[in-house]
Amino acid sequence: MRVPRSWLSEFVDLPESDSELRDILDDLGLVVEAVDHVGAGLEQVVVARVEEIHAIPGADRIRRIVVDAGDGPVEVVCGAWNFEVGQHVPFAPVGTVLPGGLAINRRVMRGVTSNGMLCSPQELEIGDDHGGLLILDDRGADQVGQSVGEALGLGHDVVYTLSVEGNRPDAWSIYGVARDLAARLGRPLREPALASPDRGPATDEVAHAVVGAPALCARLTVSVLENVAIGPSPAWVVQRLERAGMRAISNVVDASNYVMLELGQPTHPYDLDRVAGATLQVRAALPGETLATLDGVARHLAQPGRGLGDTGVDCVITDGDDQVIGLAGIMGGASTEIGDSTTRVLVEAACFDAMTIARSSKRHGLRTEASTRFERGVDPEVALRAVARLVEVLRASVPDLVWRAHPLDVRGVATPPARVELRSGDVERALGAPIEETEVRQGLEALGFTVAAAAGGGLVIDAPSSRPDVRGGAAGRADVIEEIARLHSYRRLPRRTPTWAAPGGLSDLQRLRRRLRTAIVDLGVTEVWTPSLVSERQFARTHPQARPVRVTNPLASDSTVLRPTLVSGIAEVWARNRERGLVDLRLGELGVVFAHPGDVAEPRRSRGGVGGRAQLDLPTETERLTVLLGHHEDDATTAVALWVTLAGLLGFVESDFRFRARADVAATHPTRTAEVITRGGETVVGVVGELDPDLVLEIQGTPGRIGLLDLEVQVLQSLRAARPERAAQMPSRFPSALIDLAFTVPLSVRAGDLADALRATSALVESVRLFDVYRGAGLPADTRGLAFAVRLGAPDHTLDDAEVAVLRRQLIDAAAAGGALLR
Amino acid sequence: MTDWDMELVHVESAALDALGAANSLETIDAAAAESVGKRSVLAAMQRSLRDVDPDERRRRGALLQASRTRIAQAVATRRGELLAAHRRDQLASDALDLGDVITSARPWALTAGHGGLIPAVQAELEDVFVAMGFTVAEGPEVETDWYNFEALNIPPAHPARGLWDTFYVELGDPETIVLRTHTSPTQVHLMEQAVATGTLPIHSVMPGRCYRRDTPDARHLAVFHQVEGLVVDQNITFADLAGVIETFTRAFFGPDIRSRLRPGYFPFTEPSAEFEITCTICRGAGCRTCSQTGWIELGGCGMMDPAVFDAVGIDPERWSGFAFGFGIDRCAQMRAGIADLRALTENDVRFLEQF
Repeated sequence: MRVPRSWLSEFVDLPESDSELRDILDDLGLVVEAVDHVGAGLEQVVVARVEEIHAIPGADRIRRIVVDAGDGPVEVVCGAWNFEVGQHVPFAPVGTVLPGGLAINRRVMRGVTSNGMLCSPQELEIGDDHGGLLILDDRGADQVGQSVGEALGLGHDVVYTLSVEGNRPDAWSIYGVARDLAARLGRPLREPALASPDRGPATDEVAHAVVGAPALCARLTVSVLENVAIGPSPAWVVQRLERAGMRAISNVVDASNYVMLELGQPTHPYDLDRVAGATLQVRAALPGETLATLDGVARHLAQPGRGLGDTGVDCVITDGDDQVIGLAGIMGGASTEIGDSTTRVLVEAACFDAMTIARSSKRHGLRTEASTRFERGVDPEVALRAVARLVEVLRASVPDLVWRAHPLDVRGVATPPARVELRSGDVERALGAPIEETEVRQGLEALGFTVAAAAGGGLVIDAPSSRPDVRGGAAGRADVIEEIARLHSYRRLPRRTPTWAAPGGLSDLQRLRRRLRTAIVDLGVTEVWTPSLVSERQFARTHPQARPVRVTNPLASDSTVLRPTLVSGIAEVWARNRERGLVDLRLGELGVVFAHPGDVAEPRRSRGGVGGRAQLDLPTETERLTVLLGHHEDDATTAVALWVTLAGLLGFVESDFRFRARADVAATHPTRTAEVITRGGETVVGVVGELDPDLVLEIQGTPGRIGLLDLEVQVLQSLRAARPERAAQMPSRFPSALIDLAFTVPLSVRAGDLADALRATSALVESVRLFDVYRGAGLPADTRGLAFAVRLGAPDHTLDDAEVAVLRRQLIDAAAAGGALLR
Repeated sequence: MTDWDMELVHVESAALDALGAANSLETIDAAAAESVGKRSVLAAMQRSLRDVDPDERRRRGALLQASRTRIAQAVATRRGELLAAHRRDQLASDALDLGDVITSARPWALTAGHGGLIPAVQAELEDVFVAMGFTVAEGPEVETDWYNFEALNIPPAHPARGLWDTFYVELGDPETIVLRTHTSPTQVHLMEQAVATGTLPIHSVMPGRCYRRDTPDARHLAVFHQVEGLVVDQNITFADLAGVIETFTRAFFGPDIRSRLRPGYFPFTEPSAEFEITCTICRGAGCRTCSQTGWIELGGCGMMDPAVFDAVGIDPERWSGFAFGFGIDRCAQMRAGIADLRALTENDVRFLEQF
């Protein structure tokens, strides 16, 4: 909201300093987003009469103009054509700096010296018009030599752009801001000048008002204005509207807008003679009804919208024939619009139900100055005061205006303003410090609250009609305490750092996550952050069989689906970096992936729907650690090494897990990828291997290998939590025997299984380690050579040769049982 | 059927035979050139059309075109088969039993990796709050409208919803499931849980990823990170809130950075406040970043609104509490002096390797 200082100062005496005022506004929660100085620079621009107009030989766009600005004829070159000899225009002499910062110098164009500049409204920053010069005669200014600022009543002004919060409908007007300032500063609040209805014939002889839907309209007032002459508004009205960010249109519309800005009450003027029966009725629209709104759009009414709980209620204004002529509180219809020939005006000043307006406005995609005010809550008691102000403002341009006696005033159902009981001690309990009761009373009363002493101590506080945001009960106490704290100033409230007995800390999962992150980074991986939304194509690439979880209203066509994996996001980052010639990448991410509830055996269920009365199925969210390895010579074996290292860092041993080859994990290499599963439990921890060679080609432009490790964090955590506490093992003090065993092993027999079999041979087997794999000449087809180093030892003695020989035999037999033959 | 027609049939079937016989990607290219290339019989037949009358030329042209299309399809099919076979062979010869990998023999390039800036800042924030006695809680990113809005005192169609540009998820009835627009729904879960298990009080911070349908710019991302704090205990006042904010501000940003509160509006807190900290660029002297005020806005906070307590079943006469929240990305931006937040999602390793 744009608030000109000059307008604000009509209602309250302001602090001299702009920075002090700004600071106070901020501290009241009326946050100043911008401060603009306007009207500066108009002191030097003066009213000049056009004396002569001459063509310049060889120039067809500019002319030589002689003006008189009070000091005799001056010659200027001008490119505008919209003026005649004898008219008055703004003249900026050499040396002037225009409001926009343009400095006027003496220039020579086509051999003619220009001793200044004649200005358009835009150049003076008093309008958008740049089509020609500002013709001052149109604004009643013709005193040659007078400064234009003075002639037009355009003094220097400061405009504050305030951000008014949604719970402060009372502050969404110049008067409302002034009320807040008056309460804080302890200064009187001045009232605007108001007209009274004329004596004479009553309104109900001409016009009629009906509230057919009392729940949608707390109050409908209808006034009749006669002897109206449509024309321009006086300069001060135009100037205030423009400084507040609205354009002047014509006196009646301008007066309506002026009052809305000043008092916060939207009003709607109708051409009385175009409203059938001069009747305004409020009711809910019926299905099938339509309305052509002022913006030229045909609106289909009473259609349920997509919004949650939206049943399609539109509150409308109808005429005496019950035809819809306006979308109440949002926008009027084209058929009853004020025109140049309008002489009688119906003024509607009403209070509509906030939620109904909010829903209609959203459904029709139509936000207006009126709707934004109504949906926050308009004071129902301001309606006729606003009309009285409108009439007063309009009389400046229409002195003979008649406001018919006894305006129509029909009440619907209004929520009465809240009553709040503030017990003694409530303020201190909420704010941590007491505030003097006199301060509380004075502040609240200045905001329009009624404060009385309660029987048993404490205060009974009645909210004014301007504060629909104040609720009853405990919530109302909080609302009132906020007002008290706000007027007192948050900055002056005490601070205390609380303590409590419960210790802070991280959960096991949070600690694991940090451990994983530190580990991969220490092992050379750079952490990336990829978006949670991916494209349909990326989704189909990694999850061709799954159902995508789509976003209804994506921002971009490549971000429409919640990611089912981190692989595609990291792959995209990979491609981008490779395009930039960056190589030796090792990238990883720890993040959440999503699965469609229809693809999950037991989907996540949660309260939802209006009032939280339904149970809804939600996507399953899983946290994963995904790493792509593309250092020189990185491949699936690197990924295995990373996995084994990570597992070790987390306290697992190699034999806790095994690999199960998987050829069907989309986007991975079908013959070099395996699942990591727990030995025995068959719980899947993740996937280790390589990216599909086709994907590698796609993301780095050349064939190659990229190792992949993709783990489910929660599974790792569960396994860690389920791990039995093991008492520490003391290594044997007696020397171990080391033997190497080389086997010829069918390709179908896994090295891990064979190692397991060897370990299980005897309690005297301390460890088994694969140290060589041999493929090629000298071996039968479909076999390879595997060599293991086996460490043997006993806790209580040194194994003798005989014992070792027996164990060796047992190991060889165990291997043979698994299909491995000693080489 | 004219002789010309017969010849076409013959040429086409010869071409299709040649394609069928092609058993490598090289030979199929050769076969394709031979049957439909510039020097092929088909091309010659095409050229010969010049010499026939217009009607016949049209008829023959159509036949030629149909024939070409069939051959082109055959080329594509055969090429696909050969590519698939080629891939099969490659994958087979590539096969590796991961159980055979000798990890101890695997050379490992020793290089420094780089942790993400956001997780690092998040961890640092968590550590500050943990030291102040907070636990860390987490919640889902896809929420129902109830948790994201209604339980937080923001009913459907409430104008306050305009504060959050919401992504809706295409599940269930329209607008019932959302990508959370803030971490606040986690508060609701925490309070519900604590009420259900009788484990009040709560002293937790809730970091996490949030979503707003807002075109990214230098200071905002559509996918961003927030941390929120919640305290529900006995005798908790606005003074405690202001104290926690101040303690955190100094601990995280440095002893010369202060905080202050000013009135604000959040439907789930009352009284509500925005909290500002000393501008970290000019240290309070006034500069462009802080619009000469010496203060920059960091986040929002306030005392728990009784309506929210009501929604989760907490007795406001017995318990009181406060909540606060702010952007992790924004803290990171201030900490690392990042002019444009989009660099974070760009993920150029030259950028990432600085952290």
